[in-house]
Amino acid sequence: MQFRESQAIYLQIADYVCEKILLKEWKVEERIPSVRELAVQLEVNPNTVMRTYDFLQQQEIIHNQRGIGYFVSQAAIKNAQTYRKNDFVEKDLPQVFRTMFLLGMEPDELKPRFEKFKKQHFA
Amino acid sequence: MIQIQNLHFGYRKKKIFTGLSLQLEAGHIYGLLGKNGTGKSTLLKNMAGLLFPKQGTVNVLGFTPGKRQPAFLQDIFMVPEEFHLPDVPIEYLVKYHAPFYPKFNEDQFNRYITEFDIPRSTTLQKMSYGQKKKVLISFGLACNTSVLLMDEPTNGLDIMSKSQFRKVIAGGLDENKCIVISTHQVKDLESLIDRVTIIDEGRILFDQTVDNITRRLSFHISFDSDEIKQALYREPSLRGSAVITRNTQGDESKMDLELLYKAIVLNGNAIQSVFNA
Repeated sequence: MQFRESQAIYLQIADYVCEKILLKEWKVEERIPSVRELAVQLEVNPNTVMRTYDFLQQQEIIHNQRGIGYFVSQAAIKNAQTYRKNDFVEKDLPQVFRTMFLLGMEPDELKPRFEKFKKQHFA
Repeated sequence: MIQIQNLHFGYRKKKIFTGLSLQLEAGHIYGLLGKNGTGKSTLLKNMAGLLFPKQGTVNVLGFTPGKRQPAFLQDIFMVPEEFHLPDVPIEYLVKYHAPFYPKFNEDQFNRYITEFDIPRSTTLQKMSYGQKKKVLISFGLACNTSVLLMDEPTNGLDIMSKSQFRKVIAGGLDENKCIVISTHQVKDLESLIDRVTIIDEGRILFDQTVDNITRRLSFHISFDSDEIKQALYREPSLRGSAVITRNTQGDESKMDLELLYKAIVLNGNAIQSVFNA
């Protein structure tokens, strides 16, 4: 994983975990990689992954079963969407709006493109 | 785990440390940074009992390193920047050196050797510098000592090996271990260390956890000329300026270790004031 973005690494790892859950690669009530496994895979300090997991527990996206590991929570999809949506609306969308404004584009133009994109990638 | 108080040290007339104090705890990976000749290696050697303080005390795991007691030596390992390995096959290294380290794990060692892609058929002297270094890193990690000191471990490692190095270190840390890595290769270790310690002019110039750094400071690209002017540190980049400012928004950005290092060396007081407040 490349950490190019400006966000703190523990938050980038939170996005990575949310994406796995939203894409249903990691399913509800399934065990997810341990702190150490994810740290090795992503080549980061285990304390950083620990911080990510603490954060995602607060958001009720994952939970810890003592002695067994971390699991995807029942309401993970809904909670991950809420968390990511806030982030997207506050941080990414203004950038998109700014570029649209500079290029003289209106939201109507996006709709057919968005439909096509969904068909191409997630159909 | 490691307490250094008022350390004075020098070589002949050259003073290196003039009252250096530092505390290191278990469960962390420390990044030790500093200009050439500031004494990073000298500090590691004082911790390992390879050099003796002129004044002040060094305490590692409850021992005075300079006394070189066996109980101390079996629980600390140092990977120096320059080293000599005997001209023997890898198995001999394990056979004759591993018994000094009670927590040595041979399976673990073999796994690292495989991960680092080191040929088992050649003797150590016939290996390249990078390969020898990887053998020593693998051996050091497999010793499972409470303290692991590494001096410029990524020097001489190829691109794949640097990535492997981060993986084995990430997997090697646990709450009972303290890993100290001195380096100039800040990009190699940026995501691996959780505490930044900078030495300058014989003392500790800066010592903070990465969490604390990203809570207090914001690293970003700015286009706002007022913000750039007021930044704690600024540097022109292709688009806008790379700046370090106080973190007032509460959002945490990714620490740019190279930028932070330059900022502390060139404008240390401004950065320090953020942490002292």
